[in-house]
Amino acid sequence: MAEVLQSISNSIDPYILQIFVNIGIAIILALGLNLITGVTGQLDLGHAAYMSVGAFTAAIITINLNLPFSINLLIAGTIAALVGLAIGFPILRLTGDYFAIATLGFAEILKVVFLNLDITNRALGLSVPPANTTIPMPFYVWMITILVIVGVTFIQNSRFGRALKAIREDEIAAETMGINSTRYKNQAFAIGCFLAGIGGGLYAHFIAYINPSDFAFMKSIDILNMVVLGGLGSIPGAIVGASVLTVAPEFLRFMSEYRMLVYGALLVFLMVFRPNGLLGGVDFRKMVLRIFFGKKEKKPNVTIKAR
Amino acid sequence: MFLQQLINGITLGAVYGLIALGYTMVYGIILLINFAHGEIFMAGAFVGLMMVTVFKMNIFLALILAMAFCMVLGVVVERVAYRPLRNSSRLSALISAIGVSIFLSTLALLIFGANAQGYPAQTFPVSQIHIGPAEISTLQLLILGLSAVLMIGLELIVHKTKIGKAMRATSQDYQTAALMGINVNRVISFTFGLGSSLAAAGGVLVGLYFNAVSWNMGLMAGLKAFAAAVLGGIGSIPGAMLGGLFLGIFEIMGVAAGLSSYRDAIAFAILVLVLLIKPTGLMGRKIQKKV
Amino acid sequence: MSLLKLDNVTIRFGGLIAVDKVNLTVEQGEILSLIGPNGAGKSTIFNLITGIYSPTEGNIYFEDRSIGSKKPYHLAAAGIARTFQTIHLFNNLTVLDNVLIGAHTRGKWNVTGALLKFTPWVRGEERELTEWAYDCLERVNLADKADELAMNLSYGAQRRLEIARGLAVRPKLLLLDEPAAGMNPQEKATLLKMVKAIRDSGVTIFLVEHDMKFVMSISERISVLDYGVKIAEGPPEAIRSNPKVIEAYLGKGAVNSA
Repeated sequence: MAEVLQSISNSIDPYILQIFVNIGIAIILALGLNLITGVTGQLDLGHAAYMSVGAFTAAIITINLNLPFSINLLIAGTIAALVGLAIGFPILRLTGDYFAIATLGFAEILKVVFLNLDITNRALGLSVPPANTTIPMPFYVWMITILVIVGVTFIQNSRFGRALKAIREDEIAAETMGINSTRYKNQAFAIGCFLAGIGGGLYAHFIAYINPSDFAFMKSIDILNMVVLGGLGSIPGAIVGASVLTVAPEFLRFMSEYRMLVYGALLVFLMVFRPNGLLGGVDFRKMVLRIFFGKKEKKPNVTIKAR
Repeated sequence: MFLQQLINGITLGAVYGLIALGYTMVYGIILLINFAHGEIFMAGAFVGLMMVTVFKMNIFLALILAMAFCMVLGVVVERVAYRPLRNSSRLSALISAIGVSIFLSTLALLIFGANAQGYPAQTFPVSQIHIGPAEISTLQLLILGLSAVLMIGLELIVHKTKIGKAMRATSQDYQTAALMGINVNRVISFTFGLGSSLAAAGGVLVGLYFNAVSWNMGLMAGLKAFAAAVLGGIGSIPGAMLGGLFLGIFEIMGVAAGLSSYRDAIAFAILVLVLLIKPTGLMGRKIQKKV
Repeated sequence: MSLLKLDNVTIRFGGLIAVDKVNLTVEQGEILSLIGPNGAGKSTIFNLITGIYSPTEGNIYFEDRSIGSKKPYHLAAAGIARTFQTIHLFNNLTVLDNVLIGAHTRGKWNVTGALLKFTPWVRGEERELTEWAYDCLERVNLADKADELAMNLSYGAQRRLEIARGLAVRPKLLLLDEPAAGMNPQEKATLLKMVKAIRDSGVTIFLVEHDMKFVMSISERISVLDYGVKIAEGPPEAIRSNPKVIEAYLGKGAVNSA
């Protein structure tokens, strides 16, 4: 089995394969952030920090213990979730922008701490040995990606998910309906950070070299852009957003150094002309219904409210 | 050397304060974290540098031109990237601001290259003045003096002029201000122009002080200045200056205490502590939630 | 035993005394109205009962248990539900989801339940909750709108949805904050019947309302609040002719000319 997968992945153009894997990892990260920001409505400007916790945990485990990769990832995700909880617990009672600023602050602090720890090899970063698994990385990543997509779909369409959406829509009303918003926000935050940790672990082993500076503010913004681009709270949106923003720089590659210039301008134009995201307001379930059964489409409009 | 560190800290803090003013004024009026503000600061530093190196201008003239340029830049950015989003979600405006930030810093990278550039020697004659055991340079004096002048000027504009009154009214209640016949768009443009020109002044001063101007100087300076604005109580003008000073002093003291590798974390540690203990900052107003 | 008892409740916001030493009881199975001029502290009393505010002094008892320092989510579980004066619906969610969120305290599966979505236990609970939600929607004539987004409903329907969401909590006490506001006479007549039916099904009703005709025809007892102080209490006929109440509403001169 493993040999077959290996030969399949060998037969695919490595460049294409690399983009494909990057998309998978991006989807995991975007779905984690989507749960926090899109579904629960808590703007997180430091998601890359939890990714870095997972990346370094997984790398250090592989270097020192070489546990089976799945167990390694579970530990990486759990540590990221615990760090997330430690940070989230005090700051999730802050509202709106104050919460967003606090996530940003903590992410910068974590980055600087990692730049100063011996175990993360300070500013030099870590070379990561190959993952301890017989399944080739591209397949491994996509296996996890599909699991994550299914998992978050279940979560968003459950009693738990409804409670999270209620908090996003109107926290006071949600509490009056018996929802302990602090507890639910923490749980959503922990799950989001867990996914960031998993994504980080996969990233570390796929890229094979990690440096604390890889997980700086701009990385968090990249992930946020994926979620916003696809439309807050929407799983298909986050998947499309992650895919588009992973592939777009590759398409813009011919412009070489003008790439980021165009990227910045595109973000502005996109927001000006589609402020709810490229796919914001598109209900995929209803869209499918409309295409096949001619049903009418309605537009939800998820936004982050003032204060 | 406590006194010496204090002088250095206040100098750095004064610059943070200048940048923080732009954040706090914009946030006070349209509740937007203007992430592009750090890039305006960077643009100001470059324009000042160009005026001095290419056009061989006097530093003060260069400073004024940099401020004028950034005033226009700030107004244009607001016009293009924020105004169309006035009525959509605040997150959209935030993303748009991030887009502007990426655009401007990349533009600077393309024009000026990746290496930091310095102001030529003797742009401003630097000599040391001894105060007891410590010393203060003429450049530090310039930074402190200019910051103080700009601060006082801003206070006068906000409290003694008609447009200042309109700004205060708009920050109290945007809609009511519009109903009272205030041209809210003009007030917002004015606020961006004012804040951006202060950031440009900060940029030129930082460029002189550290003798380094680079395309990526905006992000960290912007984040720290934003931290200063929050520390002082976002929306409060004296708060921004006070927050900047606090932050500058803490940062320099931290470095002096041997935490130099944690330098960038100090500002954010203070930021987080303030948010947890007193989220409205040192001088912020309390907002009562209405059910 | 009274269902709800406010015992000398005072709340201050800075220097402002919004509610001043109010004593009030709601009896099991009645419809009690709270009236008073704007700013009298009516909504503040609701916010106190539902735990959004805590009393500065005094205490509140629900079924003889002190609830003065409880959080809003504890009170939903205890059996208190409410609607809001300004509509607080979950706008981007469907009508059904709004009511399902109201039924939150009736379910128990959380994250694990979400991941075990297709097991019989979780599916059983979801089915039960959904059936219950439809029951609640039917009681306010909204079952046919279950898949609409809450924000797309008409104003009157949004007010009714707030009631359905409150009913989904399966409350012993339902607080209605200006349920008839913005409704036309026809809608008000329907609402009147609805509220009476809800009471007849065993839910005690405590409501704040400005529409005097509505209040007089629905209430068994009325309490009157003015500047945070309770100035009168009694059956509708007594309140209608109470000079203190007329004075509070119309000013001193009105009493003499009446």
